[in-house]
Amino acid sequence: MSLRSLFQTYRSCQQLVQVTNLSGMRRREALSAYLFIAPTFLVFLVFLMGPMVFSLGLSFFSWDIITPARFVGFHNYIAILEDPRFLQSLGNTCVFVSIVVVCNLLVALGLAAVLQCFVPPSLQRWYCSTYMLPVIIPISSIAIVFGFLLHNDLGVVNYYLNMLSLPKIPWLTSSNWALVSIALVTVWKSFGFDLILFVAAIQRLPRQLYDAAAIDGASKWQQFAWITLPLLSPTIFFAVVVGLIMNFQIFDQPYVMTRGGPGDSTRTLVMLVYEDAFGAMRMGYGSTMALLLFSILLVLTIIQLRFVQRWVHYG
Amino acid sequence: MSRMFSIDLQRYYIARRWLFQGFIFLLLASVSTFVLLPLLWMLVMSLHVPNYSFVLPPQWFRGGIRWENYSDVFRDVPFALYMLNSFKVTCIIIVGQVFTSSLAAYAFARLHFRGKHILFLLLLSAMMLPLFVTIIPTFLLIRMLQLTDTHASLIVPAMVTPFGVFLLRQFFLTIPRELEDAAKIDGATPWQIFWIVIVPLGKPGVLVLTALNFNAHWNEFFRPLIFLNSWEQFTLPLGIVTLRGFMDTGSISIVLAGISLAILPVVMVFILAQRHLFESLVVTGVKG
Repeated sequence: MSLRSLFQTYRSCQQLVQVTNLSGMRRREALSAYLFIAPTFLVFLVFLMGPMVFSLGLSFFSWDIITPARFVGFHNYIAILEDPRFLQSLGNTCVFVSIVVVCNLLVALGLAAVLQCFVPPSLQRWYCSTYMLPVIIPISSIAIVFGFLLHNDLGVVNYYLNMLSLPKIPWLTSSNWALVSIALVTVWKSFGFDLILFVAAIQRLPRQLYDAAAIDGASKWQQFAWITLPLLSPTIFFAVVVGLIMNFQIFDQPYVMTRGGPGDSTRTLVMLVYEDAFGAMRMGYGSTMALLLFSILLVLTIIQLRFVQRWVHYG
Repeated sequence: MSRMFSIDLQRYYIARRWLFQGFIFLLLASVSTFVLLPLLWMLVMSLHVPNYSFVLPPQWFRGGIRWENYSDVFRDVPFALYMLNSFKVTCIIIVGQVFTSSLAAYAFARLHFRGKHILFLLLLSAMMLPLFVTIIPTFLLIRMLQLTDTHASLIVPAMVTPFGVFLLRQFFLTIPRELEDAAKIDGATPWQIFWIVIVPLGKPGVLVLTALNFNAHWNEFFRPLIFLNSWEQFTLPLGIVTLRGFMDTGSISIVLAGISLAILPVVMVFILAQRHLFESLVVTGVKG
């Protein structure tokens, strides 16, 4: 064995040691990981976490930006719970959310059932894209278009209702109808999202179950009711929770279509936050209201999570 | 006799099946019509002569098709500027978000470090944080930094997306680990692995995130409404809502032409990204 080959063996051993220097590698890996997440967490702390904590603090102050902030303790919370505008918009928001979530779910589930049972998968996607179209379009623009369509005297919808000798409906001008109209427009805009969730989930379900059911003589509807629906329950649950959280934040539609009117009939919680904080410059009051709304969402989510363990099937 | 009967029965079943199929088709077609009709109305009205656009009974195309409505949008209002502003803000946000969230997503998908799970949970819980909770302090912060009425006020706070980190992590988890191990044995650092293995193979995820972000920020209304004051800075949705204000008494054709133009990029991005979007729902496996 020459000296040269001995030296080579020594070098390769040395390299092996370097390579397998595990603790050093781990440390370097962790270091780069921290560097990788650093930008995300920097912005996260400054623009998400920080403001969250700050608005908690702000809720104990009365502040109009111009004069110095004044500590008021729990006064904001008490004032809000006695504020009739808050209760009114809380009610409005709840009615709106219930209509939208229930209608979305029924329409999307019904269509998903029909699509699954009677439409070949290649056509399913085509229908889904059509129904997705309103989902991707800006809601502020949709609100304007429907504002024209549902106009009391000049809107086409009322014109054709009249032609069918049905009574005119004061879609956006009556305090009984305005909220319902906005909810229906929102259903028009958003049911496609639930539908595409369901269709995508159905395509992931195991085929064998359906084959077995078909051999046992189950009809398509029975297959949907007894196989698809139970297996789809996590997705349904997901759609409902996301729907609740999204729709509780409704702002654009009433802001563009009715500005909260007639009366206060379409004033929602986020509109109230907007008007108080950026209209009346009551930063503390606005923050408190936002926090209360947030806690409603939190409670809703927790209830749903508890509830889900009982009846949702996780495959 | 019995043979005749069975043929009749067969015919009956076939006829019933056809009728049923026809009924299903009609049902789905009528839902499609219901969905498409308002948009169609918008396009048709945007081509009407202003005098006949908002009158009853509807004067379909009386006075011919008027393409000039589309050029009038640019003449009567600073529509080109709105569009430019929207493009600028949306593009910068997308580039920033894709960069920050793909880095973080790679770290959360593959690298080992202390506190990984807690940090990821923290990020996930921020996904639940609604915009309106942080909007007041963010507004105050922006005011303190003297960024009100600038595009930076829209861009900087939106540089990070917890949802994007989550989405891309799901995509990166599907990349085979062997490729990375091979790169590692060749002595590649995590930074090199990220660029050589993860970014090229995670492209579908990045495309989906880009499409979703484009949609979200192009359509954004709430934050621009609060952060921007002067019309030179307005983005499209804000510009269009004020456009309606100008036109309330006059013609709605021009407003609708503006809306159609504003919707166009969103629809194009959707058509391009559609296949990836649908598959992303399957990959991320949306479950509660």
